[in-house]
This record gives sequence, C-alpha cells and structure tokens, in this order.
Amino acid sequence: MLEATIKKQLRDFSLDLSFRVDNGSILVLMGDNGAGKSTTLNIIAGLVPPDAGKIRINGSVVFDAGAGTDAPVEHRKIGYVFQRSAVFPHMTVSENIAFGLHAQHRDPAFTSRQVLRWLDRMNIQDLAGVRAARLSGGQKQRVALARALATEPSLLMLDEPFSGLDTESRRSVKEVVRQCVADLGIPCIFVTHRKEDAKVTGDRICHIERGRVVREEEVSRFFG
Amino acid sequence: MTRPPALSRYPRHIFTAAGAAILILAVTLYLVLPVVALFFRSTPELFLASLGDPEVISALTLSLTTSVISLAVIVLIGTPFAYVHCRHQYPGKVLVDTIIDLPLVMPPAVAGLALLVLYGRAGLVGKYASWLGFPIAFTTLAVIMAQIFVASPFYVRQAKSLFDQLDPAYEMTARTLGASPARVFARVVVPLTAGGLVSGAVMTFGRALGEFGATIMFAGNLPGVTQTMPLAVYVSMAGDFNTGITISILLVLISFAIMVAVRLLAKTEVPHA
Repeated sequence: MLEATIKKQLRDFSLDLSFRVDNGSILVLMGDNGAGKSTTLNIIAGLVPPDAGKIRINGSVVFDAGAGTDAPVEHRKIGYVFQRSAVFPHMTVSENIAFGLHAQHRDPAFTSRQVLRWLDRMNIQDLAGVRAARLSGGQKQRVALARALATEPSLLMLDEPFSGLDTESRRSVKEVVRQCVADLGIPCIFVTHRKEDAKVTGDRICHIERGRVVREEEVSRFFG
Repeated sequence: MTRPPALSRYPRHIFTAAGAAILILAVTLYLVLPVVALFFRSTPELFLASLGDPEVISALTLSLTTSVISLAVIVLIGTPFAYVHCRHQYPGKVLVDTIIDLPLVMPPAVAGLALLVLYGRAGLVGKYASWLGFPIAFTTLAVIMAQIFVASPFYVRQAKSLFDQLDPAYEMTARTLGASPARVFARVVVPLTAGGLVSGAVMTFGRALGEFGATIMFAGNLPGVTQTMPLAVYVSMAGDFNTGITISILLVLISFAIMVAVRLLAKTEVPHA
C-alpha cells in the first residue's frame, strides 16, 4: 500500500496532495499539462525533494519531513516507467531487463530466471538479444515495463506510458499493466491526461488541478 | 516557395557559381599550400634518413608519451568533472564555466609563464616541491602539466555539451532501478555519450601533441627531457633544417590521422530516450 502526503511550492502554485493506493489497485492521476502530476511521481520516487509531508510504501517510511527521513532513490524499491521509455539503447533487451537486478546485486541465478520470466510475460522472447535502439515504440514500452517489474518493486509508477503508441500496442500494454498489478499485488499510480486510458486502466481516479485534488472517485462513478 | 525569376536567370547563376568556386578554392589553397610545400621541401629518401635521427626519435617518443599521459589525466578527471558540473547547481558555477574556457583564449606563452610563476623553483608551490627534492619546472612533468593546462578545455567542453544533451530520463530510470550514482555514470551516461567523448579525446590529444608556447616557457627545451616535437622543429631552424622538415611532416601526418579519426568517430549527438 502507498500512503502519501506531499507539499511542495512549485513556480506557479503550491502542490498539496494526499492520497492512498491499495495493493493490486491502480490510481490514475489525471489533469492538464503542468497540473503537478509528473512532479508528484518524481517526489514519490525521491528524484525531487518535497518541502513537507510523509510517504510510506508497503509499511516503510521513505520520506518524513518531520522525522528527517529521506531514503535515497535507489533504496525506495519503485518501478518507474517514463513517457519516454528510456530503454538503454546500448544494451540488448535482456540486458535492459537485468539492469536493475544487477544494480541491486541479486543472485545471478535469480536474475536469469527473472529475465526469462519477464521476456515471456511481455511476449518479447524473440527480442532477447536485440539491441534496444532497434525496437519499435510499443516494444520499448514493454521492455521498460519488464525492466521495472523484474526487480519486484513495492510500487509501480507509470507516467503517460501509452503516449506515442499505436492503437494495438496501446491496448495490449494496458492489458499487461492491469494483469501485472493484479498478479503482483502492488499499488500502481498511473499518470495520464487521456480519459479513455484512465477509464480502461484505472480503479480510482484522482483529478488534479494546479497541485490540488479536485475530485477523487472510483472509475465507474467518475465516468458514470 | 518558388524562387523569384530574377534570381534563377542563367547568367546570374553562372556568376554565383563562379564566385562560390573562387571563394572555396582560395580558402582551401590558403590552408593546404603551406602543408603541401612541406612535402615538396623533402624527398622520401631524406625523410626516411631523418626518421632514424636520434633527435627525431627522442622528440617523437617524448611527444607521444607525454601526450598519452596528459590525455589519460584529462579523460579520467575531466569526464567526472564535466558530469558533476553539468548535473549540479552550485554558487559560482558561471565563473567555473568561464575558467574552464580560459586556456582557450589565453596565449599559450602566458599560460606557460603563469605555470612557471606558480610551480617554478621560486614559485608559490614550486619552492616547496623543490625543497622536498621534486622540482617541477623544466622536467618532463612540466611538459605534461603544460599540455593538460592548454588541451583540457577541448575535452571538457565536448563532455559538458554531451552531458547537457543527454535525456535525464535515462539516469532517473537507472536510479529508480537501484543503481548508485557511480553505477549510473559508468553503465549508462558514459556508454551513451562514448562516441562524442572519444572524438573529444582525439582532438585533445592533437592539441597536446602540438603544444609549444606553454611548454617552452614552463618546461624549457632539454633534448630527451622536455624537447617535444614542436620544440624540436623550432630548434632545427638554427641547425639541421631537414630534421625540422621531417618532424613537421610527421606532425602533419599525425594531425591528418586525428582529423580522419574525429570524422569517423564524430558522434556529437546523444540518443533520445
């Protein structure tokens, strides 16, 4: 479970959010460009420091302004997929998936098993030895997702992961995301400004305007 | 947009083409003629005979050795320096930016004099080094220090430009996957900018190899100790001119090889995420 209370003064407005995401559930952060959605994810990941607040992932406090706790990015156990998939073009697909496991000094046998498992799960076995620079947009997003999930994160965060994908890739990646979150039983935050993506992928929707939650509801009620 | 008819008229086009050809030819000849003249001044027999001259061998060995050491120091320190400089905001960053470029506009002789004032036998630092039995000025170390001083901006500027262009999403992703900043630098940042870094390193090597002004001021002109190839060319003016021509031809050939290498390796663009 993710519990977050975040305060940060941005250039034009103050980001002031509080939300909770249950295990196996997907919270969609929706809002216009510049509403503070991506900044929220970066704060949770530890890439941007908040001014105040508390962030607890799976029972562990990773940030607490009051207690002076601020876990480094690499210790937060978060799978983060950016809009630009950022697959490492100089590595093969397998090397990309294994990157986080190597960085975390996981057992080599476990690393190999995880790479095979996620190649299989994302249906990209044929691409194992292909350099990531040669992949299509949809393939890159699958690799990015596999790479993020192979480390068994406690939280999955997706920042506009479907933009730039064709309709078919979009549909299949959405399906994979839903299945993986349900199977792994981890909380997931999904940032988008597209209603149709939110409708199909999310469980709850948090609509943000200028750094504040203006509406939070179940997907069915939000669009009902 | 279609061209105005007046601009595409035949005679005018001819005139423009001829003017462009003359301009290109004039600039190219101005640059290439002195170099070609060097080759005409020597013969293959003379060139090969001078190649065996101990003075040439000594200058060549010293130049290559010191330039390789200088390049290694510049790359090993300059790469992480440029990265840290690009990725962090700190007081005086603009000033540091200017200081990095200073050796590019400073006359090399002035750079050599400045190094001598600091590291010479009576210099602020040099007097302590001499007192400890490790004089710096007029040693091979001084040659290396002069080369580093003059050539480092070529590499650091290139590295800075590459790191500025690199999409931060790569580094952010690697950090969230559990990689330490050092691992991100070694496994992601350096490989993604490697082409441009190598091309910067080749240019830097070329600049170090051709260093003259700062070296003669700070390291002197001692054969076998501080007399690099450009210094040997200078000395030959008062002695064996053929030796100077041979060394010059060698330097031209090395410079040409460097330019070819840069052209082949030039990859100043970094991949987008």
